[in-house]
Amino acid sequence: MDRFRMIFQYFQSNSESVMNGICGLLALASVKMYTSFDFSCPCLPQYNMAYGLGIMFVPPVILFLCGLILNRQSLAMLEEWRRPLGRRKKDLAVIRYMCSSIMQRAMVAPVVWIIVTLLDGKCLICAFSSSMDPEKFVGFANVSPVQVQQLLAKVPCKDDELMRNNTSRKAVSRYLRCWSQALGWSILLILIIAAFLARWLRPCFNQDTLLQARHWSNYIDIEQKIFEETCCEHSRLFAHKCILHFFESMRQEIKLHSYSWPREGEGAEGEEDLLRGITDQDQVNKLLKTWYYEKPPLDVSQVTQR
Amino acid sequence: MDKFRMIFQFFQSNQESFMNGICGIMALASTQMYSAFDFNCPCLPHYNLAYGLGILLVPPFILFLLGFVLNNNISMLAEEWRRPQGQRGKDPAVLRYMFCSMAQRAMIAPAVWVSVTLLDGKCVTCAFCTWVPVETLGNASHPHLSQGEIQRVLARVPCKEIYNGQELIANEVAVRYLRCISQALGWCFVLLMTTLAFLVRSLRPCFSQVAFLKSRYWSHYIDIERKLFDETCAEHARSFAKVCIQQFFEGMSTDLVAARCHLPRKAPVDAGEAAEKLLGITDWGTMNMALKSWHRCKPPLHLHPPALPTGNGWAGEGQPPTHPSVPRRETAAYYSCV
Repeated sequence: MDRFRMIFQYFQSNSESVMNGICGLLALASVKMYTSFDFSCPCLPQYNMAYGLGIMFVPPVILFLCGLILNRQSLAMLEEWRRPLGRRKKDLAVIRYMCSSIMQRAMVAPVVWIIVTLLDGKCLICAFSSSMDPEKFVGFANVSPVQVQQLLAKVPCKDDELMRNNTSRKAVSRYLRCWSQALGWSILLILIIAAFLARWLRPCFNQDTLLQARHWSNYIDIEQKIFEETCCEHSRLFAHKCILHFFESMRQEIKLHSYSWPREGEGAEGEEDLLRGITDQDQVNKLLKTWYYEKPPLDVSQVTQR
Repeated sequence: MDKFRMIFQFFQSNQESFMNGICGIMALASTQMYSAFDFNCPCLPHYNLAYGLGILLVPPFILFLLGFVLNNNISMLAEEWRRPQGQRGKDPAVLRYMFCSMAQRAMIAPAVWVSVTLLDGKCVTCAFCTWVPVETLGNASHPHLSQGEIQRVLARVPCKEIYNGQELIANEVAVRYLRCISQALGWCFVLLMTTLAFLVRSLRPCFSQVAFLKSRYWSHYIDIERKLFDETCAEHARSFAKVCIQQFFEGMSTDLVAARCHLPRKAPVDAGEAAEKLLGITDWGTMNMALKSWHRCKPPLHLHPPALPTGNGWAGEGQPPTHPSVPRRETAAYYSCV
């Protein structure tokens, strides 16, 4: 639909917007994943905590790794970090900037998962119902210790026969849910305060270093894109020439027949320019190797002075 | 749809409109969050008040700060506030305008949350159920319960399924009473907010309208200038990358095919076009100096005629001036005839 194309174009307008778009999509996906996941507490004394905490912490790790994988900049940053020095210096401030921006974007979806989990409360109820103090709740006060553990472990299971209309179960459930929600809101508050302070205070420190780091990190991204486009164009022309050459050599072989094949040589002249003299596999390989091992210096003054 | 595109373009046209859009979305998001949030009163004597007031007040604070965090103007404001004077003076009226406009927009989502919470009534019922006047509404002559017991019973009012004080005070009565007070508070809050907004809008033109117009203009200007600078830098980076890569390919081809006489004829034309867009900045050090200079010494708000040597630094030259010959304070831009 037209609407989506417009939104898509807006986000593609620069790569930071693309990253923000992906980050937002991952956050929405994490909420959707949580709501569609069928949480099913085992209601057994040792298993509850493992299950509850597992559901709370394992998917965030997965989402964090997905955030890193889907982010183009992480590859660019690694490449920039590990490349040989060549004729271009490395600027650690740029690498640090790229790393911190990648980490911040990758952290959004895991944090959303954890907060939604806490605000919903099921995970914490499942994990900590066995750790409750039975004295606080009337229905569990006069039961033997072994049985009380079993009963407390069954609190998350509303449909269990023992627990179906048990008011103490509801009391424990409410108590834990209340703590879970309070924890969720507190974490959200702390994160927002941290984000606010970071945005407010950042221009107060090293603003010019920040402008430079941001510019050059953007540059690295653009340069990589343009290099890929140039290589693509080159390989297309290379292939075209290769095939024409093949047909030309076929034509030579069957020249004895009376067919007169049209000359296809003229169009190739202009394209040879675009091939820039790089016309065989070894040369292309050497070019790609040099691009990695010896990036050109950031200095184009000779070209502009022609 | 054409209508949608128009709306989208309208909101993108400047930062303020964009922020109005975000502000509206956040207000809708806050109602959605409230209805999705599963309110769960603990029904215990001291926890109720903390939980109820927490849900009433903490999310609005979070939404308020979120309104600032999502607003790009905040870093613009901090930058404008902290930048060195350079060749351009600073006007505190502009900074105040920017801050006020951000704060006003950030207040909308919290106000919506508080209104929705009060009109719904669950928070107030949970927080204040232990303060219900049992003497007037219930059976205060119930002799067997101590004060602590009464508190515990009343704390369970919001939890119908575990409420056991029907003889003391009917659950329905207490809930209706608290809900009524909550809704009255809610409507009064909405009325108060609307009246304040109305007064601010209608009385502002009566006081210092000229100063307001100036502050608004220069605040928009700073926003547009920053955007254009970022676009120019991005354009520059693109041209730089093109020329750099072409240079690289040329260098490779001269290395590899020294014997051949085919030199790429198209390249100089391409390089010429891209090179023009480089605005004279052709290496890493010069670009860094330009960026540093942009922060440390913003150019004055005074457009020189092209023939005169500019104080702007890097247009056409590689060296931005570190000491401007005639330092000018930009108070002159704010002439007031009032």
